[in-house]
Amino acid sequence: MNHIKKECVAMLLAGGQGSRLYALTQDMAKPAVPYGGKYRIIDFPLSNCVNSGIDTVGVLTQYQPMVLNEYIGNGQPWGLDRAHGGVHVLPPYETALGKSWYSGTANAIYQNISFVDRYNPEYVVILSGDHIYKMDYSKMVDFHKEKQADATIAVLEVPWEEASRFGIMTAKEDGTITEFAEKPKEPKSNLASMGIYVFSWSKLRQYLIDNENDEGADKDFGKNIIPAMLDNKEKMVAYHFDGYWKDVGTIDSLWEANMDVLDPKVPLDLLDDSWKIYSRNPVMPPHYVGPQSRIENSMIAEGCEINGMVDFSVLFAGVTVEEGAIVRDSIIMPNTVIKKGAVIEYAIVGEDCVIGEGAHIGERPELIEDKSQWGVAVIGHHVDVSANAVAPPKAMISKDI
Amino acid sequence: MASMANVLGLIFANMHEQTLPELTKARAMASVPFGSKYRLIDFPLSGMVNSGITQVGIITKTNYYSLMNHLGMGSEWDLARKTGGLHILPPYGRENAVMYRGRLEALAGAAEFIHESNCEYVVMTDSNVVANIDIKPMVDFHEKNGADITCVYGTGFYTTERAQTQTVLCVDENNTVYDVLARPSISGEMNIALNIYVMRRKFLEELIRESECRSLYSFETDILQHKLHDYKIMGYKYNKYFEVIDSMRTYYKATMDMMKREISHEMFSLDTPIYTKVRDVAPAKYGIDCSVKNSLIADGCIIEGTVENSVLFRGVKVGKGAIVKNSIVMHGAVIEEKSSFIDAVADKNVTITKNRTITGSVDFPVYISKGGVV
Repeated sequence: MNHIKKECVAMLLAGGQGSRLYALTQDMAKPAVPYGGKYRIIDFPLSNCVNSGIDTVGVLTQYQPMVLNEYIGNGQPWGLDRAHGGVHVLPPYETALGKSWYSGTANAIYQNISFVDRYNPEYVVILSGDHIYKMDYSKMVDFHKEKQADATIAVLEVPWEEASRFGIMTAKEDGTITEFAEKPKEPKSNLASMGIYVFSWSKLRQYLIDNENDEGADKDFGKNIIPAMLDNKEKMVAYHFDGYWKDVGTIDSLWEANMDVLDPKVPLDLLDDSWKIYSRNPVMPPHYVGPQSRIENSMIAEGCEINGMVDFSVLFAGVTVEEGAIVRDSIIMPNTVIKKGAVIEYAIVGEDCVIGEGAHIGERPELIEDKSQWGVAVIGHHVDVSANAVAPPKAMISKDI
Repeated sequence: MASMANVLGLIFANMHEQTLPELTKARAMASVPFGSKYRLIDFPLSGMVNSGITQVGIITKTNYYSLMNHLGMGSEWDLARKTGGLHILPPYGRENAVMYRGRLEALAGAAEFIHESNCEYVVMTDSNVVANIDIKPMVDFHEKNGADITCVYGTGFYTTERAQTQTVLCVDENNTVYDVLARPSISGEMNIALNIYVMRRKFLEELIRESECRSLYSFETDILQHKLHDYKIMGYKYNKYFEVIDSMRTYYKATMDMMKREISHEMFSLDTPIYTKVRDVAPAKYGIDCSVKNSLIADGCIIEGTVENSVLFRGVKVGKGAIVKNSIVMHGAVIEEKSSFIDAVADKNVTITKNRTITGSVDFPVYISKGGVV
C-alpha cells in the first residue's frame, strides 16, 4: 500500500497503568478514565491533534487496553477515520525474534519506527494520555521549525515550591535548553516539562536506535533520550505554554480537575466552539430532573435521572440519583445508581456502581478532627455498595461491600 | 418469518407540513426539533434500524437542507454502509419529473431506488409520528395474512378538529379494513392511520406503474379508498405510545409527554434507543441559586435561573433570575436575566431580552420564530 507523506505524525503514549489511581485503573488504562462529565482523558490529546491539523495518530497501548481500544474504535468521533492516516492503536507484538512488551516510553516508539516511517514525516509529536489541557500543537511545530530545533519540549511555569515534583528545564532567553533535571531536590528553574515533545524524526529515529542498543538504558524519554541529546549539543528548545494544564495522575488531582469544570474562574472552556473536545457520545436521551430534586453548581450529562439533591458535583451519562439521596462535592461516573437516602460526599464513584439505600460514602472535611485521616473516598468501577454501608474518607473500595 | 434485512424502509420527509406551518417554515417536517435533542425523523429512522432494516430511502420534496445536514452519511444510525444504508432521494431525480402532488408521484420518483433495493418488502412511514416503533411484527403480520397492503393504526380519543387532519380506518374483527375516511368531521374513539404501510416490493412497483398511467397521485384517495375492494387491505393495531404531530398543540402535548416517566422510559428504552446526530457539546451546567424541576435538559445548557415543566434543547442559556415554565426552548436560545418565558415555544437561537415577559397559554402556546429577538 502506498502511503502519502505526512509532515507531522503524533504518537500518543497510552499504555501506562496510572497506578496512583488505584481502583479506578484496575480494569482500564489511565487514558480511558472518565473526566469532565462526558469525556475520557484521551479525548483531550486526540481532540488537540485534530484541531491542530494532525490527522495521523498512533496510540500505543499495553496496560488493560480493552476499554481504550473499544473507545477509540475507528476514530470516527474525532474525525480520525481517514483514508490516509487516521488513528491507529499500536499494541506490543511478537516478532520472529521473540515477544517484547514496551519496556519504556522510548522503547514503545522504537518498536513502532516502521509505523512512523510509512508516513515519512519531518516531525513527530510525542504525547501522553495523562493530562487535561487544550493546546495547538501546530504552533509548537511552527516554533520548532522557526528555531530549527532538533527537539522542542513544551514547558509550563510552576510555583517554585512545587518544581521538585516535575522534570525541570533550564533554558536561555532564546528558549535554548541548557539543562534538564528529573525531579530535582534543588530546582534551578521553575519550567516544568509537560511531557509534550516535538522531534525532527530523522534525529529522534537515530537516538531511539542508539538507546535501544545501550543495554543498561531505561528506554525512557526523560531518563535517556533527552539527556543524550543534550549531551550531544543537539538544538533543544523550550516552548512556553500558559493555558490550563492539569495532571490527573492521583485521586486528589483527578477530583480537583473535575471540580475545575464547575469553576467559572478556571480557564478551561469546554463549551468553546473554536476548540471542541470530541468524545464518543453515548446514545442516551436528555437528562431528566424530577419535581423533588435540587441541583446547584453542578455538571450533569445526558441520560441522568435526578430526583435527589446534587451540589458541586459532576455526573456522567446515565447516572440515577433517587429521591432523598444527596450527592455533594463528588464525581459520579457513567451509569451508576445512587439509591434512596444514600449520601455521597467528597468521593469519586466509578462506572456502573450501585450505591445502596442509606449508604454513606466519604465525609466532609470539617467533620473530621484529625485532618490526616481525611481524603477523597473512591469506589472503583462495577462495585455494589449494600444498603446502609459506610465508606469512610480516603476509602479505596474495589470490591462489593 | 420475514428477514428484516430484506425490508426496504422509505420515509417521507415533507408530509403534513401544512399542519405545522410555524415549525416547518424553514425546515422539513422530518427535521422539526423534538424532545430536547432530537429531530422528528429520528423516531421512524431509529425504529427501522432497531427493527433490523439496513436500507432506508428518505423521500424529500422541499426545504431539505437542514435534514441533509442532520442525517449526514447516516453513521449515527449505523446506516453508513457498503451495501444498502441511507439514501436521500431529492425531487426531480429523473427526467420529466414533476414536483409531486402526493405519495404516489413521490414514489414514482423513487421507483428506480425501490427496484434496485431488490428487497422483498417495503415499509413506508411519514415523519410526524412520535413513537418507538418495532417494525418486525408489522411485516410478520403482513406476511401471515397474505395482505396486499397493511396499514398501521392506533386508537385514541379524537375531537372533530383533530380528526380533520387524519385518515380514519374502519377495521373489522378479522383485521380487514372495510372503510377509509379521509379527514372526517367526527369525534370519539377512532382508529387513526399512522401512515405506516407495508407492501411487497413487487406489488408496490406495480401500483406505481398503474398509478402513473392513470395520473393518480394520492395513496389515501386513489388506492386505499378507491381500491378498497380490489386489494386485500389489512389493519395492524399499534398498542404502544404514539402521538401524531398535526398542530402546534399536539407538538406541545407530545413534548410534555416526554416528561412522564413511563412514556419516557418506553420511548428511550436502552434496548431500542433513539439515535440522533452527535453534536459534541459539554454536559449541562447548573449555576448557583438555580432551580430546575420536572424538566428535560440537553447537553450544553447553562442554567442560572428557574426552569419548571420545560424542555431545553442543546446550548440554551437561562440567565440569573429568569423563569422558564411550561415551555419548549430550542437550540441556542437565550433567556436573559430576569425575563419570563411561560407557556411558550422558542425556535432556534431566539433571544428573550432582560426583564421581558412572554406568556402564552397551554392550549395556545406563544411561538417565537427562529432567530427572533424579543
